[in-house]
Amino acid sequence: MTGDHQTLALLLFSAFIAVTLGITTWVSRNRHGSAEEFYAGGRLFSPMENGFAIAGDYMSAASFLGISGLIALYGYDGVLYSIGFLVAWLVVLLLVAELVRNCGRFTLADVVAARMSERPVRIAAGTSSVTVSVLYLVAQMVGAGSLVALLLGGTSEAAQSWTVIGVGALMVVYVSLGGMRATTWIQIVKAVLLMGGAITLTILVLLHFHGDFNQMLNTAADKSGHGKDFLAPGLRYGGDLTSQLDFISLGLALVLGTAGLPHILSRFYTVPTARAARRSVVWSIGLIGSFYLMTIVLGFGAAAIVGTDEVRASNASGNTAIPLLSLILGGGAGSTGGTVLFAFVAAIAFATILAVVAGITLASSASVAHDLYASLKRRHAKQRSEVAVARIAAVGIGLAAIGLGLLARDLNVAFLVGLAFAVAASANLPVLLYSLFWRGFTTRGAVWSVYGGLIPAMLLVIFSPVVSGSPTAMFPGVDFHLFPLENPGLISIPLGFLAGWIGTVTSPQGPDPAKHAETEVRSLTGAGAV
Amino acid sequence: MEKHDGGRSAQIRFDDPWYDALASGWGELDSTGAPASAPGPPAPRAAEQRADAAGIYLEVQQSAAFQEVRSRYRRFVFPATVAFFTWYVAYVVAATMAPDLMAQPVAGAVNVAMVAGLGQFLTTFALTWAYARHARLRRDRAALDLRWDTQELTRGVGR
Repeated sequence: MTGDHQTLALLLFSAFIAVTLGITTWVSRNRHGSAEEFYAGGRLFSPMENGFAIAGDYMSAASFLGISGLIALYGYDGVLYSIGFLVAWLVVLLLVAELVRNCGRFTLADVVAARMSERPVRIAAGTSSVTVSVLYLVAQMVGAGSLVALLLGGTSEAAQSWTVIGVGALMVVYVSLGGMRATTWIQIVKAVLLMGGAITLTILVLLHFHGDFNQMLNTAADKSGHGKDFLAPGLRYGGDLTSQLDFISLGLALVLGTAGLPHILSRFYTVPTARAARRSVVWSIGLIGSFYLMTIVLGFGAAAIVGTDEVRASNASGNTAIPLLSLILGGGAGSTGGTVLFAFVAAIAFATILAVVAGITLASSASVAHDLYASLKRRHAKQRSEVAVARIAAVGIGLAAIGLGLLARDLNVAFLVGLAFAVAASANLPVLLYSLFWRGFTTRGAVWSVYGGLIPAMLLVIFSPVVSGSPTAMFPGVDFHLFPLENPGLISIPLGFLAGWIGTVTSPQGPDPAKHAETEVRSLTGAGAV
Repeated sequence: MEKHDGGRSAQIRFDDPWYDALASGWGELDSTGAPASAPGPPAPRAAEQRADAAGIYLEVQQSAAFQEVRSRYRRFVFPATVAFFTWYVAYVVAATMAPDLMAQPVAGAVNVAMVAGLGQFLTTFALTWAYARHARLRRDRAALDLRWDTQELTRGVGR
């Protein structure tokens, strides 16, 4: 990676930052400072705009670079990831999006609290939402640090640290000044860039093989060194029962976690009606589905054109497969085409990280201000002051994410993302589905299902081989691991559902049928929706 | 939160002439049998009916129209969810536990795993299309009617 790449990539980075800061300033020129404005962008986005923004929020650098890199290294097993990420949207579309839009105002806790005793439920759901967001945020920050440093050639610790600090500072500016409206426009710009980049590269890969998909697969299999095994599952997750169960656990977390991600749920409040929420999910499924189809082509294309060994030599987890591919597709290192395409891809990856980070920060500041602060300090929480609290919370979360991002620099990004999905699926999804569909659900059930999913998920991770007892663990020197799997989902998701059920049947107070009626009528008709 | 809502909608009611026109429009009778009069019900009536907001939602929930909307929704999404979830779990389990089956060639370099993976994409797109169509044709109109009716009923009631 030569100086030309870096200069051009830096220029494109700066252009993106300038454009997004411009958007932030323009959008916030006459803001009213209301909660409606800050958390939900005034609820006036069109389904298409919101669909692009959802896709922008969801398609992180982990999917753009990570999944295609996994495919380039392990062949078919990388495809399994992308399918989990896509099928998850059916849970969102069928069971969650419209009903949440109708019942809530800004956060997940709104939906649950509408039926239950407000304070304990808000504190529980707020805590788990903030936990999920921070895990996801740290994953993105760590990814940003290693990625940008890698793409710009500098792998020094200082370069990584400054990248993490820079990304954190930018996201605080976007969120605290621009609120949801600026964040949404940044997501839209990013989604368009990302789709444009993916389409360009896919077309170039297919042209390289004269449109012959079969030939591409055969070349990939030959150059991977694994032969036909490269095109079938098993290279990464085959082997013993533990690694098989681990993947099943991850697969469950991926498919059930999306519907519990706070920054995804908060996107449904930016459109005026439940029908608009449904149409935005349909848009985003189209975008996300075609994007993952393209990552499959790009991943196998990278294996066929760059070669698996070269990809692994550049970065052991495959994150540089797409940049290397773009360099060759553009005409090779040193050529103008290669330089431009490489810088373009690097800038897209950077834009992707910034946008995702901003979306998560906004959602977690909403959880802090609207759920936690409002419940713990109820008397002083007026609407105006709540937005002020949210802005301060965004700064605080930004600082926390920078700190944790610097500390967790050596952690595996894919693991952190999987963990965030597992916690979301264990703590947020059960309480959400029970509140929307179970007549007999009670306050105790709600609180138990949140903590009953959150605490086991976190404990299982602490006692997993990721933290101790394996050479790649966080603390390789000690061994206190009790749980064999890296991903807790297989155990903690059923526990979350079970805890909610036990809490409900042991409740001293029965459910409130009137509040259930209100939730049910509102969720399905939209009566009284804001 | 509840109080906030009430306060805000009351404000809209007073300030927004459009809303008033609708409230008193078409000379309809309101729920008490008197000609609907806007803006804003007198204080005693609001106090008297405060308890009734819950009653209205229960009433709507019991109504045949709402039961129909709910059962149309559930008759579609519950079987569909069971179907796609089973298909996805079967796919993941097969990919991890039975790689030999997945490696069977189908045509050229394409094997069972490729076909199944592509199948997941296709079923996701197809189900998305089917759900959006079902909701648009079978549910939206009835749900919207219920929404206006319910809001009409709850309007006079202080929430």
